[in-house]
Amino acid sequence: MATINVDGQQYEVKEGQNLLHAVLSQQLNLPYFCWHPAMGSVGACRQCAIIQYADEDDERGRLGMACMTDVVDGMRISIAAPQAADFRESVIEWLMENHPHDCPVCEEGGECHLQDMTVMTGHSVRKYRGTKRTWENQNLGPFIGHEMNRCITCFRCVRYYRDYAGGTDLSAFGSRSRMYFGRSEDGPLESEFSGNLVEVCPTGVFTDKPFATHYTRKWDLQSAPSVCPGCAVGCNVFPSERYGVLKRVQNRYHGEVNGYFLCDRGRFGSHFINSDQRIRHAGIRAEDGVFEASGASNAIAEAVKLVTMDAVGIGSPRASFEANFALKKLVGEERFCTGLGDNEAMLIELALSIQREGGARTPSLTDVEAADAILILGEDVLNTAPRIALAVRQAVRAEAFTMAQEAGIPGWQDAGVRGHAQQALSPLFIASVATTRIDDVASATWGGAPQDIARVGAAIAHGIDPTYAAADVELSAAGIDFMHQVIAALGSAKRPLIVSGTGTGDPDVLRAAANVAWALKAKGSDPALLLSPLEANSYGVALLGGGLSMSDALDAMTGGSAAIVMENDLYRRGDAQRVSAACSESKMLVLDILENETAEHATVLLPASTYAECTGTYVNYETRAQRFYQVFEPDDEIRPAWRWISDIADALDSSGAGWANINVLIEECAKATHAALATISPPSDYRVEGGTRIPRQPHRYSGRTAMRAQISVHEPKATVDDETPFNYSMEGQNLGTQDGAAVPFVWSPGWNSNQSVFKFQQEVGGALLGGDPGALLVAPAPDSGDASRATKFQEVPDAFVATEAFLVVPVHAIFGSDELSNASWPIVERMPAPFALLNVADAKRLGVQAGAGISGPGLGASFEVLIDDRIPAGMVGVVHGLPGIRAIAAGRIDLSVDPDFIRRPGGHPDVIARG
Amino acid sequence: MSETELVHVLSGEEIAEIEAEIAHLPDRESAAIDALMIVQKHRGWVSDTSLHAIARLLGMSSDALDSIATFYNLIFRQPVGRHVAMVCDSVSCYVMGADGLGKAIQEYLGIAFGGTTDDDRFTLLPIVCLGACDKAPTMMIDDELIENVTAERLGEIFGRFE
Repeated sequence: MATINVDGQQYEVKEGQNLLHAVLSQQLNLPYFCWHPAMGSVGACRQCAIIQYADEDDERGRLGMACMTDVVDGMRISIAAPQAADFRESVIEWLMENHPHDCPVCEEGGECHLQDMTVMTGHSVRKYRGTKRTWENQNLGPFIGHEMNRCITCFRCVRYYRDYAGGTDLSAFGSRSRMYFGRSEDGPLESEFSGNLVEVCPTGVFTDKPFATHYTRKWDLQSAPSVCPGCAVGCNVFPSERYGVLKRVQNRYHGEVNGYFLCDRGRFGSHFINSDQRIRHAGIRAEDGVFEASGASNAIAEAVKLVTMDAVGIGSPRASFEANFALKKLVGEERFCTGLGDNEAMLIELALSIQREGGARTPSLTDVEAADAILILGEDVLNTAPRIALAVRQAVRAEAFTMAQEAGIPGWQDAGVRGHAQQALSPLFIASVATTRIDDVASATWGGAPQDIARVGAAIAHGIDPTYAAADVELSAAGIDFMHQVIAALGSAKRPLIVSGTGTGDPDVLRAAANVAWALKAKGSDPALLLSPLEANSYGVALLGGGLSMSDALDAMTGGSAAIVMENDLYRRGDAQRVSAACSESKMLVLDILENETAEHATVLLPASTYAECTGTYVNYETRAQRFYQVFEPDDEIRPAWRWISDIADALDSSGAGWANINVLIEECAKATHAALATISPPSDYRVEGGTRIPRQPHRYSGRTAMRAQISVHEPKATVDDETPFNYSMEGQNLGTQDGAAVPFVWSPGWNSNQSVFKFQQEVGGALLGGDPGALLVAPAPDSGDASRATKFQEVPDAFVATEAFLVVPVHAIFGSDELSNASWPIVERMPAPFALLNVADAKRLGVQAGAGISGPGLGASFEVLIDDRIPAGMVGVVHGLPGIRAIAAGRIDLSVDPDFIRRPGGHPDVIARG
Repeated sequence: MSETELVHVLSGEEIAEIEAEIAHLPDRESAAIDALMIVQKHRGWVSDTSLHAIARLLGMSSDALDSIATFYNLIFRQPVGRHVAMVCDSVSCYVMGADGLGKAIQEYLGIAFGGTTDDDRFTLLPIVCLGACDKAPTMMIDDELIENVTAERLGEIFGRFE
């Protein structure tokens, strides 16, 4: 620690930081633009000027940039000194020369860092009367709006997009007053993390384009702490609402999970909430097959009849832990199915058993970023759990930081560290079925069938620790070379990381990943093992468990059992013919969010809330249980799935009562399953200082009466919230000192933009003041020892042999493979057409080229051929989960050319048909 | 255009010269400025097609290369005349009457700064200090430095460049 004197006050700060970071960590106000807590300093904008004094006798001092000044013990500085304050105001004045006076029509207005800094420096009168430079803007695709006239040339956008996120299609053009930030030509930004530009840009150059189509000022948005439903990472988010419409999603800082950044699936994937595919009314299918809105009470009465017909309950990995628990309670353990497909359920059980075994840490994303050598085995994380890929991109910079340290360059000196390291990267090895979008930072890549990836994994584990089974592993020359490189790199790493997941559908890949991690542990390093499933609550529902597999449940339905299907399109889980048979033989109660193929077969249909319309818990890939809170009340008859189940339970004499509210359910759930579920977020009677609740709305929230004056001029009473510590109003306090799980938005006096998040942190980039939320549900068992682990998985699969028939392997798409976000219109615009990856030799053998159509038994549709440089001969990578594409079974199939195939652009098939 | 076709937008001679520069450097991207200069030397300017081709040859994105190209005033991203006339507007030349000289040249050529004559003979641009302040005002046409320029000499000076 170092003691520094700022304007006569002593502060204890960490050494090795820059001064800007240090003073902000003390909650002091010092304006800045180009510095970013996750991206370090470049000293470009000259905004964070301070006066630094040589010693106690120095009365004059000298001007310096806080972000470029090392913290030194005993140093004395001034933020308030007139020379520094005048300088900062002058910097704003010159930035303002070209900045338009368009705040009233700018999307950033009211949450603009430039506005805040302008006010903070006191530059309130504009003297400049000259012409402002003007630019033509670009169409950057469906996610990001572009308004270059507002640019203040801080360079944060290209530093984020190119340096941090690895994008190649955004650059700085020109020089001096002619700087332009954009693409070399119009077109969608290619990076899967482009949405963060909205939050990185300190003003309104890069804005949230879908948000702009139904715009609301930040101060008029109602928000609550929430968790992204897009994948198994569980990034913390702020969904925001007004007029009953989900307006946008922004990053909610979590020190261990997502930090400052989201992926584009998460940021732009929630507009399904406003979709016209929403199920909005309870309904019953009449004798003649016509579906009629029946009113909730009739539907519940009908649902009760179904439940008494020996119903099976099918839960869902995209429904909350609590909703699954409620359904399981209603139908009983023996009649409950988790809703995971058979193979996925098996893979998840395996992954959880590996985590319970211990021996390797389960890493948070912060831990991923701290890894010094990484092996990715099989999983295409960029497409299955995207935020992990962004963390991997940061981890490969470990080498750069080591080099910088040796050269005496502080880690926060971003330009210095990058300039010194040049292309130097830490080891990252990727063994995958097909090319990935993080190959550009890999030391080496290797392509193989899942079983061959498992074999390479086994060989690596054996190479690290010979007690691990090598069997008769024979590898190609390329495989052997890859194996040796990986063994050398992982073996000499201090914090090696193995990443895998359920994406390939092959359990041997998971076993091999575990063996590599455990072998490293036996050699004395501190390995981490990340095994990601595919959905937001995959681990949660698997931990809850059920007596029926998906096959069992479908068989029971085919045998005539009624079924309660909750938030689950069964056509995505099992063989289409089997699912069709089950759905037509069984009387089904379907509770869901969007219309889907399963819901079409429902006898009773009940509209369920989305994650933004109810409170619940998701369990992420770390088994971190995280609570999401209701943001707003849904319209029509939409209610949380658990509440429908509760009403049904109430209506049933035998099943006992339902739950009065979510707190009661959470408490019961915690008692029956994991005690942590009751403590991961504060209960409804939690109060902040002064005994007040926490507001969902900022204190400037306007138009409470006017916003519904076309209906009635009488303002309705705000809904009383007996379920959470939040108000559906602006009454209460959101100071940031509350429990970290209960921060509904970030705002602090003088800091209207998201930059205010530092006022909610213990230190810049550290944990939230009230602690980072969530708790791990699976703790490793007492160490069973290296010897025991070495014998756990001894089977090594046979090598893949290419035959005439193609091995079908699932591949995933960040925009399209997730069931809910693929109904979000901005995501639809970036969705690929259904595609199949082929080796170039195989394409030649079939007589097809890229863009042709192929089909095969079990594929259900024709897929567009894409040639992949890595996929081995004899395999076809078929995209998983796009709209209209049913579950595709693994196995070998004959492919045939579809001569009638018409290549269509991406997007939703219905949209294209209409269009 | 495919990757190979794109690269073959460049002539064999251009590619050979660029590869020769790359041979002196630690990685291909480092030859970006040289490559732009080489192509400009052969073609007078760097078109979008040339830019894409150079980017492919160097294994970098067109965006990154264009960001370098647009940073430098002397990489021309628009067609220029057969000769490029650059008139110094820095302090010494300004003191020695560069302002009036600039007006005279614009009048003489019948174009404004940034323009190209109809016969594609001259493109006129301002430039910063040419390092010959003792002989101000100065200008440069192509690679030739011209000192002590006066309005009276314009016919003689420009007449030498066809």
